[in-house]
Amino acid sequence: MDLTPKQSIPAAESTRFPDEVLERVLTLLKSPKDRNAVSLVCKDWYTADSWSRRHVFIGNCYSVSPEIVARRFPRIRSVTLKGKPRFSDFNLVPDNWGADVHSWLLVFASGSPFLEELRLKRMRVTDGSLEFLALNFPNFRALSLLSCDGFSTSGLATVATHCKNLIELDIQENGIEDLSGEWLSCFPDNFSTLEVLNFSNLITDVNTEVLERLVSRCRSLKVLKLNRSSSLDCLHRLLTSAPQLTELGVGSFSQELTPQQHAELKHAFGFCKNLTVLSGFWDATALNLSAVYPACSGLSFLNLSYTALQSQELASLLPHCPCLRRLWVLDSVGDRGLEAVGANCPSLEEIRVFPTDPFDEDMLHTVTESGIVAVSQGCPKLHYILYFCRQMTNAAVATVVRNCPDFTHFRLCIMNPGQPDHTTNQPMDEAFGAVVKTCKKLKRLSISGLLTDLTFKYIGEYAKNLEALSVAFAGSSDLGMQYVMEGCSKLKKLEIRDCPFGNAALLSGLERYESMRSLWMSACNVTVDGCKALARQMPRLNVEVMKEEGSDDCKADKVYVYRTVAGPRRDAPPSVLTFSSL
Amino acid sequence: MEGGVAYEQGLNLKATELTLGLPGTGETEGQGGVRNNNKRPMPTSETNEEESQALKAADRGSTAPAAKLCRAQIVGWPPIRSYRKNSLQEKKDSEGEASGMYVKVSMDGAPYLRKIDLKVYRGYPELLKALEAMFKFAAGVYSEREGYKGSEYVPTYEDKDGDWMLVGDVPWDMFMSSCKRLRIMKGSEARGLGCGV
Repeated sequence: MDLTPKQSIPAAESTRFPDEVLERVLTLLKSPKDRNAVSLVCKDWYTADSWSRRHVFIGNCYSVSPEIVARRFPRIRSVTLKGKPRFSDFNLVPDNWGADVHSWLLVFASGSPFLEELRLKRMRVTDGSLEFLALNFPNFRALSLLSCDGFSTSGLATVATHCKNLIELDIQENGIEDLSGEWLSCFPDNFSTLEVLNFSNLITDVNTEVLERLVSRCRSLKVLKLNRSSSLDCLHRLLTSAPQLTELGVGSFSQELTPQQHAELKHAFGFCKNLTVLSGFWDATALNLSAVYPACSGLSFLNLSYTALQSQELASLLPHCPCLRRLWVLDSVGDRGLEAVGANCPSLEEIRVFPTDPFDEDMLHTVTESGIVAVSQGCPKLHYILYFCRQMTNAAVATVVRNCPDFTHFRLCIMNPGQPDHTTNQPMDEAFGAVVKTCKKLKRLSISGLLTDLTFKYIGEYAKNLEALSVAFAGSSDLGMQYVMEGCSKLKKLEIRDCPFGNAALLSGLERYESMRSLWMSACNVTVDGCKALARQMPRLNVEVMKEEGSDDCKADKVYVYRTVAGPRRDAPPSVLTFSSL
Repeated sequence: MEGGVAYEQGLNLKATELTLGLPGTGETEGQGGVRNNNKRPMPTSETNEEESQALKAADRGSTAPAAKLCRAQIVGWPPIRSYRKNSLQEKKDSEGEASGMYVKVSMDGAPYLRKIDLKVYRGYPELLKALEAMFKFAAGVYSEREGYKGSEYVPTYEDKDGDWMLVGDVPWDMFMSSCKRLRIMKGSEARGLGCGV
């Protein structure tokens, strides 16, 4: 896309696209990165992009203010906002920390009332905000809430009642106050536009008749994810009336079925020829699982991570899913189950193995290094792994990346902090060294086990495409963090907990932080003075310290640093100290 | 600010070293441990102290049960989302009444317990092999009349009524539904079991 003026025409009349044409062309560009690049070409293009931008992605809600966004993009239809630091998922961030969506809604209501889609992750959302949303945006049609908190099912009820054009309601993994399933009954009787309905998060029962009528009215429904309390009878009826589904989340799968009922359910699954995603399955029994076989031939993503399957059960299911590209399981399937994965899933690109019992150290029959090696041997296209285990070896990890050099996401969690290679007793440095040396496309890395500064030296030297790094209980000195800050030029997100990195390490990243989204450091050796020094030198960073009760005044228990054009935030609770250059 | 601890020096807390080794695997194992980064003392408790004393007394080498308590007290670790944790917790609660699937196994003389899932085994031979491998002992051959004749250690279990029984006396299914926990007893103490209750 270069704008080269023709030499024969005088500069004043140099070739320019009329604004309308330029905007029309730009609407064909969807990726935010491309759009951002376009806006930097020249003022005309910046303006054209501003007027024609329909979707904005804001990775950190405090990096910019709603006023700035609304002013720059007066005609946005769709906003994605992410709020709290990721470690809030693990209870490391106080409840009242911030990231409340309401101020955004207020600004959009006056500037961009044509907002249609809102996707929030780790934001605080109250029922009041949901009501405001439902009443002030007449074209609103898609709401997605992931890992949010602060709202209840009453808020959902107002959305169902007032959003006449709703096509998407996606409620995932939220800290929701679940009062009743009444909200589902709030959709008007003639309402039929829904295409995505995900209420798997909710515990209370919804009215099955209301649900069945809703599903049969909504002929465009593609995604339906039921909650745990949805029965198999209900599922059977839903499948029969909605065979067009492409993504299905079943409810609990433990109900005892008569042979007749089992056959009928299996028959109903047979109607669903378009299913590509299957999830849910709380407490699945082996027998019931076999009912889904007819629907598995086109399956690309299977999420079994809420049911503790045994190896044999998984081994029986997998041959029915030849096209599988993504698989999530619990470690109850054991190494034998993972061998079955390697043997049956040649197209597999992503595997996530979660722990059935993360806090029980005595558990046997979970997964070990053999399991991950078995998967890598059978699945050469693997590029995403999340693996929770209780033991690992350097050699196994090296084998895995030799078999699958295309990893973009490598997240290994050896659950006992600081645990070495269990056969050689060495640190796990060479494992992650192998990962970064072999996987040139690596974008995201999570490390664990006993690790010295050598791991970080490897990361800084080889992981040139790394964008996100997650570190816990690792490293020997400030050098560790310095290696990373100096070497990883594309780093966007860095999260560190319980490492011996101090002020020197923090300040070594001075040049880097403005090109990153954020830095998190908790339970390290950073002090408040170190944070103040950082803030003083970098005016476009917000440096925040979360103080824990009873800790020394000089210690910076939790540090969160992020770039921003909005200045220090004014909604921080008293336990969060904000430092700026002022 | 400088001077973090190199791993070789950091593991001077021998008494509370954390490993997942099997009993009797010797001193080479057990170098792993929680990093001593000189700012955050590991949470300790009564039981921790007792167990580490028992360790020293038994001269057992380096395996330690302290890990069990410590890990549960580390906030936000392992990194599992609350939603998923709650889901698993609900499952565990509802599963509590189910037929003794996960049972603790202790062995006389060993300072800590293991836990196994009975559902995984198809019968006594498999279970016994697993126990023998786990605790490094030989149970010998079972006979109905004489129990585990001539072995130093004998597998026993506590049933629903609180009685201690010899493993193998009742049909496997009955054992699965009544076994609350297993104990590998010293042969000398096991006399008197398995001769009719």
